[in-house]
Amino acid sequence: MVKIEFLGPIAHEPLEIEASSLQDVANRLQNIDGVNEWLDRCAVAVNSEMTNDLTKALKSGDVVSILPPVCGG
Amino acid sequence: MLYLYCLLFVVGSMELYNGCLDVKSIFGRWLEEESESNYGAFIPFIGTIRAEDNIDALSFDIYEPILENWFNSWVEIAKKRGAKVKMAHAIGDVPIHTSSYISAVFSPKRRVALELIDEFVEDFKANAPIWKYDVIDGKRVYAKDRSTPMNGSGILAKKGNI
Repeated sequence: MVKIEFLGPIAHEPLEIEASSLQDVANRLQNIDGVNEWLDRCAVAVNSEMTNDLTKALKSGDVVSILPPVCGG
Repeated sequence: MLYLYCLLFVVGSMELYNGCLDVKSIFGRWLEEESESNYGAFIPFIGTIRAEDNIDALSFDIYEPILENWFNSWVEIAKKRGAKVKMAHAIGDVPIHTSSYISAVFSPKRRVALELIDEFVEDFKANAPIWKYDVIDGKRVYAKDRSTPMNGSGILAKKGNI
């Protein structure tokens, strides 16, 4: 199982899903109301490393973080 | 106004505090730490919460593991230029007229420090995993219009083969 965590203002509890790539995660999240509308403005990290590779392979125990637009300072 | 300053988290030269920052104390300590390092230039940056739009405070969420990676990448960039970066940021509510973010660059000469503080602070605004909220009448409202999508945003919105 892969854990998906939603950071900052995205009001959604973490999920655990079967996924072998980030595309699998995308397919799942695009079907969740309250999450789908964030996706075009969100970045992604796997195990705290930023990535923009949708083909990135995932294994059980990986943590995928969904990061909405930021504003520090 | 009296504030209680509370340090939560330190990684190298990055410090996270619960609530507003004790700016004078932190800068004083950083100067002391580098007093024998032979840096010729020290450039501080202070972010202060302004009173606007009826806010009582700003509030911040931080994702520490990715912030740590982001900060460490800037430590390496600075190191290659013979310089050093430091930063401190607040978590939670920060009242108006207090500070939520400070950073600094130390370098042998001014030109490197001037350029690095510009790049470092701008990338901080664009890519540090920190989320800002206005606090109005005790409620937190995400500062959506002032927030920036991080590098690589949008990949999960792409349609794939299902």
